[in-house]
Amino acid sequence: MEELFTISVYTENNPGLLNRIATIFLKRHINIESLNVSRSEIENVHRFTIVARMSELAVKKLVGQIEKQIEVIKAYYHTDDEIIFHETALYKMGSSLLFEQREIQNVIKNSSANIVTVDPEFFVIEKTGRRKDTEELYNQLEPYGIKQFVRSGRISISKTEMNISSLLEKLK
Amino acid sequence: MKSLLREGADLAYGYPGGAIMPIYDELYKYQDELQHVLTRHEQGAIHAAQGFARVSGKVGVCLATSGPGATNLITGIADAQIDSTPLVCITGQVASHLLGTDAFQETDVISISAPVTKWNIQVTKSEDIPGAIAKAFYIAKSGRPGPVLIDITKDAQLGTLDYTYEKCASVRSYKPVPKTNTEQLKAAAELINAAKKPFIVFGQGVILGQAEAEFKALIEKAGIPSAWTVLGLSALPTEHYLNVGMVGMHGHYGPNKLTNECDVLIAIGMRFDDRVTGSLNTYAKQAKVVHFDIDPAEIDKNVKADVAVLGDAKDTLGKILPFINQNKHDAWHNEFKKHWETELEAVINPQLKPTKEGLTMGEVINQVNKETHGDAIIVSDVGQHQMFTVRYADFTKTRSNVTSGGLGTMGFALPAAIGAKMGAPKREVVAYIGDGGYQMTCQELGTILQTGVAVKIVVLNNEYLGMVRQWQQLFFDKRYASTTMVNPDFIKLAEAYDIQATKVSKREDLAGAVKEMIASEKSYFLEVMIEKEDNVFPMVPTGACVSEVRLS
Repeated sequence: MEELFTISVYTENNPGLLNRIATIFLKRHINIESLNVSRSEIENVHRFTIVARMSELAVKKLVGQIEKQIEVIKAYYHTDDEIIFHETALYKMGSSLLFEQREIQNVIKNSSANIVTVDPEFFVIEKTGRRKDTEELYNQLEPYGIKQFVRSGRISISKTEMNISSLLEKLK
Repeated sequence: MKSLLREGADLAYGYPGGAIMPIYDELYKYQDELQHVLTRHEQGAIHAAQGFARVSGKVGVCLATSGPGATNLITGIADAQIDSTPLVCITGQVASHLLGTDAFQETDVISISAPVTKWNIQVTKSEDIPGAIAKAFYIAKSGRPGPVLIDITKDAQLGTLDYTYEKCASVRSYKPVPKTNTEQLKAAAELINAAKKPFIVFGQGVILGQAEAEFKALIEKAGIPSAWTVLGLSALPTEHYLNVGMVGMHGHYGPNKLTNECDVLIAIGMRFDDRVTGSLNTYAKQAKVVHFDIDPAEIDKNVKADVAVLGDAKDTLGKILPFINQNKHDAWHNEFKKHWETELEAVINPQLKPTKEGLTMGEVINQVNKETHGDAIIVSDVGQHQMFTVRYADFTKTRSNVTSGGLGTMGFALPAAIGAKMGAPKREVVAYIGDGGYQMTCQELGTILQTGVAVKIVVLNNEYLGMVRQWQQLFFDKRYASTTMVNPDFIKLAEAYDIQATKVSKREDLAGAVKEMIASEKSYFLEVMIEKEDNVFPMVPTGACVSEVRLS
C-alpha cells in the first residue's frame, strides 16, 4: 500500500549531493512531491526534507540506498503522524482589493495569515500550515484574482529523536 | 602524479586529449615510475583498468580527457559500479572559468557519472588535488569497492601548490564496513547447525573480502554444498568436493532445483540478482535465509533475510567458525550428485563429447582446460560463450574469472584481458570472446601490438549474436531479427596487428591449435568456427521459478 513518507537526510555540504539523492528517486520512477534543503541543528550539516509517495517496503530500500551515498550521514523516514510538519505559501494580490473588496480583509483575518508587505500596486499574504490550510486560503482568494502563488517544500521535525550529534561523535 | 604514486599506482590506462594535456605532460616526466598504457579508445582503457583491478585486487586507474573522452568511460564505470570493482578515473575538464559555457569538449561528467559512481568530485583548484586523490583511493577500495571519478579542470592541472600528501584513513559520513552484531552471528550459526538441508550460494564478496580460506574452512566444517554466482566463480576450486556448480539462469541443474528444497539458504557476499533468483515469488520460500554481506542496503533488497550478518566476509566467516558444528549432510549432498548425473547425461556430455559434426564451445573450453590445468585467468565477454565459459572452464585459483556480470557489457573481454595480464603478468590469460562482442572493441589489438602484452584470444565464432538468437529461437518463433553476422576475416585482422593467428573449423585441428596457443610466449589469436545454432542449457527462462529449470 502506498502512503506519504517524509524522508529526512542529514548530509555533508557538497554541491553534488542534491543530484545524487534526486537520482535515487528517479531511478526507481518515484516522483518527489516536495523537497526542502536547509542547515540543520549541527554546524556544517545539511538537512534534506523530501516528501514522496510509495510503499513502506520501497521507502526502506530507498533510504538504504540514500544512506549508501558517501556524504550522507544518516537518513530517516516517517509517516505524517510521526512528525510535526508545515509548509509556507505566499500569495500576491492587487492592492486595490484592500479598498474595493473589503471582505478580503476578513478572509485574511479568519485564516490567521499575515500580510508581509504592502506596495501601492500589490500586497503579499503569507500563510504557514498544513497543505489543506494553504489550499483553503488559495480557494478563498482565487475569486479575487491571485497574481502570483508559491508554496515551499514541507519542513518537518520528528517526534522521536534523530540522534545525529552522537552519531557524528562516533564516526569521528 | 606524486599522489598517484603514493597510492601505489604504478600503472594507468588512458587516452590523452586537450583538457588533460597538463597531466599527460607530467606523466611524461614520471614515466619511469608510472607506466601509462595508451589504449585505442577510452572504453578500452577503463575495461583494461577493470581487468587489472579484478585480478590484482588493487585499484585500477584510468585517465581520459573531457567531453567525449569522459563519456566514453561511462560504460566501464557503470560496469565497475555494478560489479564492485575499485577504480579511480581521472578526467580532464575545461578551465573553470569556462564551466557552463558549452566550451569545446565540455560535458557535465559529474552529473553524468553520479548514478554510476561510488563517489565523484570536481576539482577546480590545484591545492585540492592531493586531498581528492587520497579520498578517491580510500573510497574506491574500502568497504564494498566501486568506481570513483575525479574531474579536474585544466586550470587546476596547471596551477602550482605547496605539495603535501596525506593518505585518507576515514571520511566522517562514510562507514565502509558495518559493525557485526554478535547476536546475529550466533543466530546464524544456530540456523546453520540445525539445518538438515543447508545450501550456500556465494558471490564475489568472498573474493573481494579475501575470505577464500575462511569460506573453505566453514563449508568443510559444516559439510555444506556450495554453489557460486558468476562473480563468485573461482573463489572455490572447481574440483572441490563441496562445489556443486553455478546458480541462476544458466546455472547447474542441481543448485537451481535444490534452491527450492533446502531448509536453510546461506547467501555469502552475493546480492540475489534477478539472473540468480528467477521469480522472487517462488524463490526458496521454504527456506530460512541467512545473508552475509558488507552492504546493509543489500539486506532484504530482493530476498528477505531471516538472519542478516553484516560485515566483511573474512571477518564474519572467521568469527562464525567456532560456533559451527562439524557435519556432513551426505544424503543431502547425494541429491546434488543425482541431479548432476541427470545434467551430465542431458547437457554436459553432449556439449563436451558431441556426436554432431560441428564444434561446440564447451569442447573448445575443455580443450583449453587440459592445456592450462585450470591455472589460467579466464576472461569472457558477454553472451552464449560467456555462459559456456563459466560453466565449463576449470579454476584452481581465486581471482581468475574476469567477466562483466551485472552490466553484461559486450566488448569487455579483449581490453579486460589486457589489463588482467598486466595485473598478473606471470599467469596465463585466456579470453573467450564471441564474434559479436569481439568487434565492439577489437581496436584494442592495437594496444596489444604496442605493449606486446601476451594475451591469448579465443574467438568462438557462430556467426550469430548467439544469446539473442537463442532467445529468438525459444521465445520469438525463430524470427532472427538482426542477429546474423557477416564477419570480416578475423585472421587477417589479427595478423595486421602482428599477432599469430589460427583458424579451426574441424575437430581434429582443435587440440593442436590450442596446444600451440598455450605454448606461445606471445599473444595469440585462435578463431574456432562453432556449430551455428547451439543453445546454452540448462536455462531458467526470465521470470520463471528456479526449480522450473529446463534441460533442453
